[in-house]
Amino acid sequence: MAGLSHEERARDMGLTTEQLTGRTQQVFFEPEEAENFTYPWAPEVDFNKRTEVDADAMTTTEVNSKIRALMKEGHGSIVIRNPRGMHGLGVGILSRLNLIFEGSLGYFAVGLIDGPNVRISGRVGWSCAENMMAGTVLIEKNAGSTFGAAIRGGDLVCRGSVGSRTGIDMKGGTIIVGGDTGMLSGFMMQRGRMVVCGNAGKDLGDSMYDGTIYIGGEIKSLGVDAVPAELTDLDRAWLTRKLTLYGLLPEQGVDRFQKIVAGKQLWNYDNLEPLEKKLIL
Amino acid sequence: MAGTSYKGSEIESVDQFIEGDGLDSAREKEIGQHIGYRYDVNLVPDYTRLTPFLKSYMETMGWDDLNWLEDVHMGYEEGNPAVFDRNINGWVRVPDSIALSDNQQDRDMVARELLIKFQMSERHPLVQLRQAYMKF
Repeated sequence: MAGLSHEERARDMGLTTEQLTGRTQQVFFEPEEAENFTYPWAPEVDFNKRTEVDADAMTTTEVNSKIRALMKEGHGSIVIRNPRGMHGLGVGILSRLNLIFEGSLGYFAVGLIDGPNVRISGRVGWSCAENMMAGTVLIEKNAGSTFGAAIRGGDLVCRGSVGSRTGIDMKGGTIIVGGDTGMLSGFMMQRGRMVVCGNAGKDLGDSMYDGTIYIGGEIKSLGVDAVPAELTDLDRAWLTRKLTLYGLLPEQGVDRFQKIVAGKQLWNYDNLEPLEKKLIL
Repeated sequence: MAGTSYKGSEIESVDQFIEGDGLDSAREKEIGQHIGYRYDVNLVPDYTRLTPFLKSYMETMGWDDLNWLEDVHMGYEEGNPAVFDRNINGWVRVPDSIALSDNQQDRDMVARELLIKFQMSERHPLVQLRQAYMKF
């Protein structure tokens, strides 16, 4: 066996050496593609066309349907008054829009969005902006747990503090927290950037696979396979620009931020039992 | 330093994944297969290299920066430059007629522009999927 190549050894053991190079579909870009900025089905909206909705006597479904109807009418700026902490408001918006909530929202606020700019003057419950694809979401006060769960893109910003498991399973995008974040933030993070200006709870970045976490305050403890890394000039420039954008740049700048990345020990499968792995890592 | 490594191996040249065999890290050589995305997913964009199209896109969307496009990079599929389109969960290749610049930041900007044009076009597979399965 020693003289055999890897391919021959694998074949002799009954294994194949098929190349697994991804799900290619042989799709090509068209160099002469038309220059559109929105999805073909997205309603034409004008940011200068503004309207207000009083949600005091409405249900979640009625509010969400009203938002869609107003977008079809061309309204590009919609203000929702008296949301009363309703769950699931502003979900599934897949085009450009300025959406302003004057009050607090409940669970799963503005989830599954792809493009809108959302401002929430109050607080939000669990899983705000889960599975967000693109756009900006700015929460003026605090947010609950699993803030930005499985987010894939866009900027999700909370000026206050957030609960535990912030950015759990995040696959892209940027989460910015002006205050503190709870335990297990960045759990199973796969991509994207998380910035916390305050402190982080225990097990930060546990089992993270990739992505970057920046912490401005104290870290209670790092999770499995989360390791400190050097803050580069590119990191500093990006942090300064992004935090300035949302008025969260600390007076003393970004030099004190700690950078946390994946230790890359969990990338490959092995034969270790979970307890053995924990002992090693 | 950001932008110089991916999946456990060093990126020594911007054309490394076009010219090489894709087996760079010790693990890749051991199993004989390339692993994962062929670029540094943590590389943040250089905003001095924005294209006019991307500036217009940001303005249209009401964003002050590239937003979700910060995560889009020029990748490489089987030795060919390509961009991963999350909406179809697959790679879209860059045709030979499009010249590649000599640095990753400029390539990433081209990748972002191409991806937007493709995603927003009528020939994107999502358009057919939407027509077939849209419920409301």
